[in-house]
Formats: sequence, structure tokens, C-alpha cells
Amino acid sequence: MTNNIYQFFFIYLYSIITLFLLAVIGDFVSISIFLSKNIFIYKNIFLYCFIYAICFFAIRIIITNQVSNIFIFIISLALSYFFLLNKEINAYQLLIILSVLIAFNLLLQKYFTAKNFSNFLFEVSFLKFLKTNSLIFFSFIIIFPFYLMFVSSLKSQMILLQNPTDLSIPFFYSISDFFSSYIAVITQYNFLNFALNSTIVSFVTVFVSLFFSIPGAYAVARLRFAGRSKISSSILIIYMVPAIVLVIPLYVIFSQLGFRNSLFSLMIVYPATTIPVALYMLQGYFKGIPYELEESALIDGCSRIGVILRITLPLSVPAILSVSLYVFMIAWNEFLFAFMFLDNQEYFTIPRGLYTQLDDQEVPRQYLMAGSVMITVPVLLLFFIFERYLVGGLTAGSVKG
Amino acid sequence: MFNLNKEAKLAYTMLIPTISIVFLIILFPIFGNFWLSFKEVKLGDLRAPQPIIKEKLKTKDIEPGDDILIEYRFKNSSQKKPIFNIKITDKISEFISPVEITEGCSVNNNLLSCYFEEWKPKYNEKIIFKFKANDNFEIDNFNPKESKPRGVADADNILTNLKFSLKNFQKILQKNETIENIKVTFLYSFFATIGALLLGISAALLLEKNFLGKGFFRGLFLFPFVSPVIAVAFTWVYILDPFKGFLNNYLLNNEFISEPIFFLGLKKVDFLGFEFPFTLFIVILFESWRYFPLAFLFILARLQAIPKDLYEASDIDGATKIQQFFYITLPQLLGVISLLFILRFIWNFNKFEDIFLLTGGNAGTRTLTVQVYDEAFALSNMGTASSVAVLIFILLAVFVFIHQKIAPKDIEE
Repeated sequence: MTNNIYQFFFIYLYSIITLFLLAVIGDFVSISIFLSKNIFIYKNIFLYCFIYAICFFAIRIIITNQVSNIFIFIISLALSYFFLLNKEINAYQLLIILSVLIAFNLLLQKYFTAKNFSNFLFEVSFLKFLKTNSLIFFSFIIIFPFYLMFVSSLKSQMILLQNPTDLSIPFFYSISDFFSSYIAVITQYNFLNFALNSTIVSFVTVFVSLFFSIPGAYAVARLRFAGRSKISSSILIIYMVPAIVLVIPLYVIFSQLGFRNSLFSLMIVYPATTIPVALYMLQGYFKGIPYELEESALIDGCSRIGVILRITLPLSVPAILSVSLYVFMIAWNEFLFAFMFLDNQEYFTIPRGLYTQLDDQEVPRQYLMAGSVMITVPVLLLFFIFERYLVGGLTAGSVKG
Repeated sequence: MFNLNKEAKLAYTMLIPTISIVFLIILFPIFGNFWLSFKEVKLGDLRAPQPIIKEKLKTKDIEPGDDILIEYRFKNSSQKKPIFNIKITDKISEFISPVEITEGCSVNNNLLSCYFEEWKPKYNEKIIFKFKANDNFEIDNFNPKESKPRGVADADNILTNLKFSLKNFQKILQKNETIENIKVTFLYSFFATIGALLLGISAALLLEKNFLGKGFFRGLFLFPFVSPVIAVAFTWVYILDPFKGFLNNYLLNNEFISEPIFFLGLKKVDFLGFEFPFTLFIVILFESWRYFPLAFLFILARLQAIPKDLYEASDIDGATKIQQFFYITLPQLLGVISLLFILRFIWNFNKFEDIFLLTGGNAGTRTLTVQVYDEAFALSNMGTASSVAVLIFILLAVFVFIHQKIAPKDIEE
């Protein structure tokens, strides 16, 4: 009995804290989805509570797959919609709201007491509370900057200056207004040229890197030779060498040789910095391929090169794919070398172009954000399509970052 | 069974291209960096001194048989260094023949060639050459500028000569800034690593169990890491902007603050009596945000490899979840956490772009890597820049040594 009372108070307190603690997030979400004006936290606290509850239960549905959550989710959704329609609330409505809140809390209580965990109730409910809120927290801190980047890129200069906290997507714009920043960045700032340069450099980097690292990785993984262990351990040390230590001498050497200000200079440097990682990732994968397959082919009279081309490579397509994606991403995102080596606008890669052309107080912020969206989208698209391979690659290669 | 010697030969042939490109672009520049750090090289010294030659026609209205004056201007491009063994060649028109030519020059087969032993710094002289128009002279086809005069010369190249000095190191060590920067670099690397690890552990614990949307969250959590640094850095700069930015306007509208906060421009804030490096703290937060996904992935992989029996056994013994975390999960993760700590620490130590794009090294966030850039391109001193880079390299070598001592087994996993 005492346990139940204790339980009840805890859960009551807990649901109140849950609702109020991250009401701020509800605020952000509500502004961004529904409204295009400022909302003050104090005035609309109930609205935020329910919007927060939507997030909370949406995530609990995902985590637990329990139907009972869907019920609460729908109630919160309906209530927040109701609040949106009635922006001014009178005392009568407030009473309804309060009673609904209490009912809502009772529902919560029912949900949390449904399972039988009498001993560790406090701890388990606390952890659940923590877990759901943390998921909201993490999703929020990750999505918010990207969302803001995207929304700002769609706004006109005037709206952006008038109301920087407006997070709504301007659906009421015509199509040409909607993408006006993108059009401006492409037409006025030569963005397509940068994109072309970036694409060329990235693809060349991937091919060169694979071309060098596949034989190297095979040798380290499969062949016996003096110094093999030394090579495999020095691979890791090499990719801890900081780029800043390389950039000054390379700048000097390339200036002397006269190919500093060119895409060619990047096409040499990028593969060289990615080859050790690629080699490390690939040799790990090659080692995992059963040696019996290769051995039988060797006994049947196939040459080493034949074995590599006919057995090892076809079997390691996933690894090669993940290495290529990873190398592509490094080359696409790289800033330091491009920044130091390139002076001529004609050869700018996207990061270099963004830095010089758009990072200027004179240039409207929405252009900068549009440029940022355009450099981010290809990477995130690739990442989403090939996520499985990339995640495998990232963990296998103990990635440089 | 197989011929070992042949196998080793094949291995070397397969490895040689890789080793040579790594040697050329990574090991050789490291050596080059040490070399430069002992030389007083300025950005301007990268262009070697050379002779500059210009020609100009002084005579007008030429008829066949007339004298033609052509003025050559000889100049040493360097203001400070002499050049030696200057050789100049210039093709001259077939319609003219030499009459009077300065000492050191001669004309052979319509080719003017000159040789000078030495031009002093700032050497700049106009010399008039006298030619005579031949009988077949055609004014329309005569153009003395049709071929550009070429000049080659030897100069003392500061990059390749064998003069070394310790002045660069003296210079950077005498700067108070350097000691401050080392401190900032350590603070930054240490706390950004801790931040990324803490966030990474929490995120991994959240996604430990399988549920419907797990793949989605795992993908989402990797966003900050896979996105281009320039895009995310600009976005955060924009969010934190004191006037146009979202955060300040949001706080102002809600009256949480009365005037904008310069998130990326406040070196020190008084906090309970001691000076709190505010902007450094913001940069550390950014860094933790951007790099927690890596820690998250590693720890998640390790978490899922922990044998389930451990938890079942402790359940039977009556352990609570929190006890399980501290007595089972954490000890199991300790290996991967310590490995991640040292890796992340080293990479944060090497980081340049993030701080450079966020603050440009201002407001108490100048790390050693940003100092390298500033020395090289703001102060145009390649020598001191290299010596700061050497400093970074030496500190790093110590960390890598520690890393090799701590975690050789974990890497093989």
C-alpha cells in the first residue's frame, strides 16, 4: 500500500517534470511546424506541454511497440490541435485543460504501473524517463541546426532580418521565391563550377586511393614477407600525422614545382592522406575472407593476380563500397588543403568556394545557408542510401576525424 | 608449399606504389617541415629571384639602311638578393643586323645571347642596342616584340641551401602567446574529448536494445560527423550570431537576457570568482557535438558484444540497472573508452578547421594549429610556422608513443 502511494507521487511528479522540463523543445517544434511567429514560453506553456507529450509518446511508441502509447499519442495530438485553434484561453477552458492534464497523468501512471516491477520501480521508471528524454534531446540537438540551415536558406532577406526566430517553412512563396537563394548562389557565385571541381577531385581521389590500397591491403593481409608486421602497425601511426604539419612543406614544395594552385595538387594529396585508412579497412576485410577459397584456386594453378581479381575482389564488394564512400566523403568535405592550395576561383572546390565567396558579412546569410545545404545534401543522401556499408566501414576503420 | 621468396617479391611489388606515395606526400613533408623550421623563410622567399628583361623599340619611321635603336631593360626581381650567371636569349628579327652591342652580348643566327656574372639586388638598368635595317626591310613584318626575351640565372635559394639557425624556435618560444596557445590546445583537446565520450556513451546506451526505429536513430546520430565541417560550422556561427542569430534573438524575445551574448567573442567571463573561458567552452561544446557519433559507433559495437549471461546472472543476484551499469557495462567498455580517448585526444589536438571556421582563433581559442596558419599566412613567416608545427609534431609523437604502449591489443580487434 505504501509502495503504491509512493509510486503514485513519484509518477505524478515525474510526468509534471517531464512535461515542463523540456517544454522549450515543444516550443521549438511548435514554432517550426505550425506557426510563423514568435511564441513566448510563459504564455503558451500548455501548448508546449502537449507538443512535448507528442514527441515523448511518439518515441515511446517507437521504442516499445506498445499500442497503449498510440492512444496517448493521439490524445496529445488532438489536444495540441485544439490549442492551436483557440489561441486565447478563458478560465472555463483552462479548467478543462487541467482536468485533461490530470487524466493524462493518470493514464501515464497506468502505463507505468502496468508492468510488474515492484522492487526497482523508482529506478526503472527513472531510467525510462531518462531514456525517452535523452532520445528527444539527442534528436533535437542534431536535427535543429540542420533544420535551421534548411529553413534559413528558403527565407527572403527581409523576413530573415525581421524575425530571426521564425522557423516556419515559407510554403506561401512561389516556387521561384522558394528557391531564390539557391538560384542566386548558382548563378551569381559560380557554384556549379565549384561543385564540378569537388566532384572531379572526389572521384579521382576514390579511384586513386582504391587503386593503390587494394594491392597494398592484399599484400599486408595475405602474403608473408619480412617487415609485414611493421607495415601494418605503421599504417595506423601514419594517419595520426596532423594535416597542419604537412600543409606548410607541401605548400612550399608545390609552389616551387608550380602546381600548387590547381586541382592536380589536391588529387595528389587527398589520396595520399586517405590511402592509409583505406588500406587498413581493406586489409581487415581481406583477412576475414576464408583463405581456403584462395588456396584451392592457387593449387588449381591460378596466379596470385588471378586469385585477387577472381576471388578476393568479388567477395569484398561491400568493403570496397564502404571504403569508396568513406574516401569520397573525406575528399568532398576536405577544407584545409583546398583552402591553403587554391587561389584561383576557377579551381575552387565547394568548401573553398563557400569560404571565400559566401562567408562575408556583405553576403546575405540565406545564401551562405543555401550553399551549406547544397554541400551537405549529397553527403547525407549517399549516407542514407548506403548507411549500412558506411557504418560498417566507420567502425572497422577506426576512422580519421 | 609456395615459394616464399616469390611471395615476398610479389608483396613488395604490390606495396611499393603505396609506400612511395605515402613517403612522398606524408613522410617527406614531415622531414621538409623540420628542415623549414631551422630556416628563416618568409612567404616571399618562395619565389626565387630571377632576371626580368623587357625590350622597347626606340626608333620610328624606319627605312631600309637606317639605324634602329632597341632599348633593353634588365632588372633583378629581388630587392635583397643578388643573382648569378645570368643568361639571356632573344630572337631578333631577320630584317635587322647588329651594329653596336653591349659587352657580354653577341648575335648569332638572329639570336641575341648575353651573359652576365652577377646582378646586385635592386639592379635595374636600361641598355640601348644599335641595329641596322637590312636592305630587305619590310616595316609591316617588323615587330621586335614578337619573341619574348628569356633569362635564366642562378640564385642562392634559401630553401635548399645548408644554412640553419635556431631563430625560429627562439622567436616562438619567446612569445607569451605560444605558452598560452599550448594551454588552450590542451584544455580544448582534453575537454572536447571528454564531452564527445560522454555524449557517445549516453547515445550508445540509448540505442543498446533493439527497437523499431533504431536504424533511423543510428543514422540520425551520425549526421554531425558525416556532414561537411564547413556547413555545420557556418550554421552554428549563424545560430550563435549576436545580432542576426537565432539563439540570441530567441533569448531576447523571451526576456531571458537583456542584451545579446557574444557566444563566439567572449574571452573571459567572471564565474563565481574565477575567469571562465567562455568562447573556448562553446567551441568545446561544438566539438563534442560534432564528434560524439564516432565514440557512439564504437561504444555501441562494443556494448552489443558484451555477453548477455552477465546481465542475466546479475538479475538473479538482484542487481539494479544502475548497479549493472557500473559493475558490468562500464568495466567491459573501459578498453574501448581508453582507446577512443587517446585517439580522439590526438585528433582534437590536430584539429584546425573547426576552430578556424568558428572563431578564427580569436577570443582565447587560438590552438597551436591555428597559430601555424597565422604565422604562415598572417605574419608571412614560413619558418616560425614550421617550428610551431614541429612543436605539435613532437607533442603528438609523445601521445602516439603512449597510445602504442596502452592499446596495441585493442587495435587488432
